[in-house]
Amino acid sequence: MPDDILNSFMTGPDENGRFGDFGGRFVSETLMPLILELEAQYEHAKTDETFWAQMHDLWTHYVGRPSPLYYAERLTQHLGGAKIYLKRDELNHTGAHKINNVLGQIILARRMGKTRIIAETGAGQHGVATATVCAKFGLKCVVYMGAHDVERQAPNVFRMKLLGAEVIPVTSGRGTLKDAMNDALRDWVTNVHDTFYCIGTVAGPHPYPAMVRDFQAIIGKEAKEQMQAAEGRLPDTIIAAIGGGSNAMGLFFPFLDDTDVNIIGVEAGGKGVNSKMEHCASLTGGRPGVLHGNRTYLLQDDDGQILEGFSISAGLDYPGIGPEHAWLHEIGRAQYVSITDLEALEAFQLSCELEGIIPALEPSHALAHVMKIAPELPKDHLIIMNMCGRGDKDIFTVARALGFEMGSF
Amino acid sequence: MTRIDAKFAELHTAGKKAFVAYVMAGDPNYNTSLEIVRGLPAAGVDIIELGIPFTDPMADGPTIQLAGQRALEAGQTLEKTLQIAREFRKTDDATPIVLMGYYNPIYSRGVDRFLKDAVAAGIDGLIIVDLPPEEDSELCIPAKAAGINFIRLATPTTDDKRLPKVLQNTSGFVYYVSITGITGAAAAQAVDVAPEVARIKSKTDLPVIVGFGVRTPDTAQEIAAVADGTVVGSAIVERIANGDSPVDVLAFVKSLADGAHRA
Ligand SMILES: Cc1ncc(COP(=O)(O)O)c(C=O)c1O
Repeated sequence: MPDDILNSFMTGPDENGRFGDFGGRFVSETLMPLILELEAQYEHAKTDETFWAQMHDLWTHYVGRPSPLYYAERLTQHLGGAKIYLKRDELNHTGAHKINNVLGQIILARRMGKTRIIAETGAGQHGVATATVCAKFGLKCVVYMGAHDVERQAPNVFRMKLLGAEVIPVTSGRGTLKDAMNDALRDWVTNVHDTFYCIGTVAGPHPYPAMVRDFQAIIGKEAKEQMQAAEGRLPDTIIAAIGGGSNAMGLFFPFLDDTDVNIIGVEAGGKGVNSKMEHCASLTGGRPGVLHGNRTYLLQDDDGQILEGFSISAGLDYPGIGPEHAWLHEIGRAQYVSITDLEALEAFQLSCELEGIIPALEPSHALAHVMKIAPELPKDHLIIMNMCGRGDKDIFTVARALGFEMGSF
Repeated sequence: MTRIDAKFAELHTAGKKAFVAYVMAGDPNYNTSLEIVRGLPAAGVDIIELGIPFTDPMADGPTIQLAGQRALEAGQTLEKTLQIAREFRKTDDATPIVLMGYYNPIYSRGVDRFLKDAVAAGIDGLIIVDLPPEEDSELCIPAKAAGINFIRLATPTTDDKRLPKVLQNTSGFVYYVSITGITGAAAAQAVDVAPEVARIKSKTDLPVIVGFGVRTPDTAQEIAAVADGTVVGSAIVERIANGDSPVDVLAFVKSLADGAHRA
């Protein structure tokens, strides 16, 4: 093996779906044959030019890629340090990065002859993206969404219904993303013959973490070229918010072997990363365990029972994190930090006021970390932050948090 | 020879099918659960399947999900589940106990420590739903080395090509899941199950026990007739959820055991 492969951070996962000790295939026997079939299909598609031609055609004409890399001039001036670029994935059709991945999985599902698509969703962005692509291809779509999230992301629930999807509110557990994923897995075990499970993040059993990463890596590939064009060099720091970790992995992956590039993932700190566990910072506040088909860092108690996280952002409200992030954390290639609800709300408002961009609450977490570090950095330090979603879905939540009465204007 | 092997040898000599009962450890609380578990052998139960409560039981329907929640809310832990086995063993050293659940509580305790404690508590077998053969090095191989049977689930999606892999490190018995689905859902049909059991038996000498979707004494009889025995879980757990007394729960268990033993 040549040295450059030995030293690469981009060769994972291994044939067992492991990134170091993380990942794997921890699923019931009923699902195993299907997961192996999916892996074979994906391995085939990866090197199949017609597959990628179809992806690029849809990315260009349906999603609106490439998304711009935008120099946030007023934000940069306001913070007075590093030069800040935003990767504008919030401009994608359906308003977030989620559709990058959904297209890939739905094309695979069609190749496998599956006629029914199921998905879990937290913020509703993955559900909307899945419902959208299913409408486009005439596939039946069922979306599992925690009952609590159905409430706080009401606009997205209606969107999914308009798009013809069936939205099933999940009441088990505390009714958030983890519980939606449990029920999606239960549906899949029951309807394994005709159903494809379209997972919305870089989690789940192998090959999902790798496959979703590869579909999202278009973000980082574009950003790298765009930064070359704008500044003639690589960025110094790249930053993204982490729920399960798909928008972050998508931005990070093409930069993993550019070891001069600092990589920072931002977890949801909720009310603060403390012993009360009112947060979703799996890497900062959790330890390794096995859930939803993979080994990764999890919020759990001493008995290995999974804890419900807490975050103002429904899209970050997940007690785990993709296994590749767990590995990048352990080997130290990426750094993981946390941002509280209040800090994210402040960043949300700053983006609106200075850049005319209403961000989703998820990337507001990433922006809040940019606000922390940019002032201390030199003016020629280049930052790319993934603006992975727009905030339309969050205006009610933010209004409530800021004490606005909707309709009282 | 483990207690499981001895039990099947005994049933074989008597010309009887096995009746396996599933209850969730600590449901609705530790004391009631221990009382029910202690009464199972007298109610005709040949093998006890003791559920390990877990917050995220991905292969279980609402009945067993709620049982796990009740147990956890009442303070059940993996340690207390082992404690139920230890207490049970004080008066019964013959009835096999199989722990059934998910990997994380075991992984969290540490596999080596768990196996040592399980052996000491008199646990005979493990059914861990989210450990397929692809993950055998995690727990299956170490359990075998510790003298604990690792009982694998075979399902309707386990085709002939995959079956040898599923059977390879399985010991004690094979658990055939009669439906594609979660516990407590569809009803098992003897006509569907019989050829599947035959298919598995053509590849292994281990007993084949059928579970998922068996709820009544009649179904227990029909399913046991085409296999080496049958498992009932959700239907028993529902009685516990209803607040039935241990005496009533055990009377229901006896009716199921009688059904299976008529086969
Ligand atoms: C806009 C947005 N960003 C981020 C996330 C979190 O997911 P991930 O970490 O996989 O990107 C979500 C999830 O719903 C989202 O809607």
